[in-house]
Amino acid sequence: MSANEVFDLLLAIIGGAVRVGTPYLFVSLGECLTEKSGRINLGLEGVLVFSAMAGFSGAYLTGSPWVGVLLAGISGAGLALLHGLLCSLPRVSDIATGIALMLFGAGLAFYLVKPLIQPQAPQIPSINLGAWSDSPSVQSALSINALFPLGVVLALLLAWGLRNTRWGLVVRMVGDSSDAARALGTSVNGVRIAATTAGGFIAGLGGASLSLYYPGSWNEGLSSGQGLIAVALVIFARWSPLRCLGAALLFGGAGAIGPALQSVGVGGGYYLFNAVPYALTLAILVATCSPKRALKGAPMELGLSR
Amino acid sequence: MFKPRSWHGAAEALLLPAGALAAALLAFGVFVWFGGGDPSEAWVLLFKGAFGDAFSWQNTLQRAAPLMLTALAVALPARAGLTVIGGEGALVLGALGCAGLPYLLPGLSGTGGMLLVLVAGALVGAAWVALPGVLRQQRGVNETISSLLLGYIAVALFKHFVEGPMRDPASLNKPSTRPLAESLRIGPISVDSVLGDVHWGLVLGLLLCLIAGLWLSFTASGFALRVVGGNARAARLVGLPTNTLIVLACALGGAAAGLAGALEVAAVHTSANASVIAGLGYTGILVSFVARHNPWAIPPVAILFGGFAAAGSLLQRRMGLPDASVLVLQGFAFVFILAAEALRGRLFQLQVPRMVRLRIVPPARRAAT
Repeated sequence: MSANEVFDLLLAIIGGAVRVGTPYLFVSLGECLTEKSGRINLGLEGVLVFSAMAGFSGAYLTGSPWVGVLLAGISGAGLALLHGLLCSLPRVSDIATGIALMLFGAGLAFYLVKPLIQPQAPQIPSINLGAWSDSPSVQSALSINALFPLGVVLALLLAWGLRNTRWGLVVRMVGDSSDAARALGTSVNGVRIAATTAGGFIAGLGGASLSLYYPGSWNEGLSSGQGLIAVALVIFARWSPLRCLGAALLFGGAGAIGPALQSVGVGGGYYLFNAVPYALTLAILVATCSPKRALKGAPMELGLSR
Repeated sequence: MFKPRSWHGAAEALLLPAGALAAALLAFGVFVWFGGGDPSEAWVLLFKGAFGDAFSWQNTLQRAAPLMLTALAVALPARAGLTVIGGEGALVLGALGCAGLPYLLPGLSGTGGMLLVLVAGALVGAAWVALPGVLRQQRGVNETISSLLLGYIAVALFKHFVEGPMRDPASLNKPSTRPLAESLRIGPISVDSVLGDVHWGLVLGLLLCLIAGLWLSFTASGFALRVVGGNARAARLVGLPTNTLIVLACALGGAAAGLAGALEVAAVHTSANASVIAGLGYTGILVSFVARHNPWAIPPVAILFGGFAAAGSLLQRRMGLPDASVLVLQGFAFVFILAAEALRGRLFQLQVPRMVRLRIVPPARRAAT
């Protein structure tokens, strides 16, 4: 491998980090908000598939990718609302509900998309940051999903909002001590349902990014565990929206290794390279968790840290 | 005051899942109706395709066998208090182990060899699901997330080996491992009877569910496991080996799922290929939840959902519904089963609102009596 090839490979991985990392970013932000309120939504995997389908159909039927993005967010919020409502019933575990939603969301998506099966829908435009260079590999690496800046803004907004606004305080209080929240007359379930629904909306934007930007078409293997990785990613990011941004890029980069190697002609072990994000997630969980103490920064009410 | 009666618990155990399934079927009907189909036709086809004639019964039982085993993979850890859903991963690696053993021991043949390939599958599955248990006990890693991640890693490993080092050069269109030798394959129970080509995996599944139920109900270690699942701290205080029991439950469950994968290879596909990755592990989760993680309730539930899966192709042919319609039905069933859990212990109080009012007795009067 020559120096030029190594450079191309690095560029492909960096470009891939943003391309592959955008869905991770949105789902992890949605999950972060949900978990801050004291619930864990494993069903975001289902939300991702379902909203990817909704975004694809919306964009295809109206011809505008942004209608698709909006529809993806709304359908993600709808599915997450179901999660929030179910978990508010007594003795219903949020983990089990998440598993159910994972299967339900995927089943609904596969069912509803059948009459709409099309090779492509109008795509989300990309922002060309590489226009200054005349090397095509630099240009392709630096053309960025228009949703990505939105995700960055959202991460900043969430970080600021959770820390500095009344709403943020209420969400964190419900997540840290439902007893304190009840004593103050806050509706614990109400806040959690709202946070879960809002989280579903954000995760839905990630779904739109899957079906309308990269890979950019609909197929049933569109999301294979990205939603789930995002749940683990939030643990890695210690429930901080800003660290979610960094973690999403890291995981995007890990996910881009396989395709990047393939693009420079290294084909062997393709499936193994694709499994790198899962293995990385597991390794990080093993390295950071401990049976003796709750995780630092974890919402106290979260089933995960108890 | 409302007095719970002794039969209430048993009646609820039957009524709640039955009601939830009925609600799921109803919701599915509404769903079909929105799509312009006739709900009653869908319901009829669903039961015809599952239990209508001897052929559909064969199809149903064929599909129920692996579901019983993958459901055990969820149920046993669940009784120890863990939500492990690594059945899919254990299944595909069990299939790989079963197909892979003849690569290591080329001379394998006969009944002994057949048992060995099954054991190989079970062992691989056991190790794969024991891992989340170990990680949780040693490192405090959430077992649901780790088992799901391991599932994706298992599928990647499976594809890597089947399409790479273990690929049979003769399999051109569909990458497969080398087919198992004729003498290692598992045949039908009895071709001439009504059972047709239903294979021995069904008997194995029924037997293991029976044994698992007996173990949980009637042995000291089974009881200890249920104590751990009920209250891990209390179990530790009375000196039960909590870690060992939890890992054991995971390993046994994983062995069941690995066996399911091995059976898929040895009795159905004859080699490990992409057909093994059919979501049987995920349907097993649903089966276990509907059966409330009770091994004795698993076989009937597995037969029901095996039947729905079998009816899927009929729905597709006759009504033009997408093949994912069975997934939608399963999704509805899962959601309603969980919602029904909220009614447990209260089902018989709901019907009489007067009772609710009676329970709100002013504190002063309560003190006086």
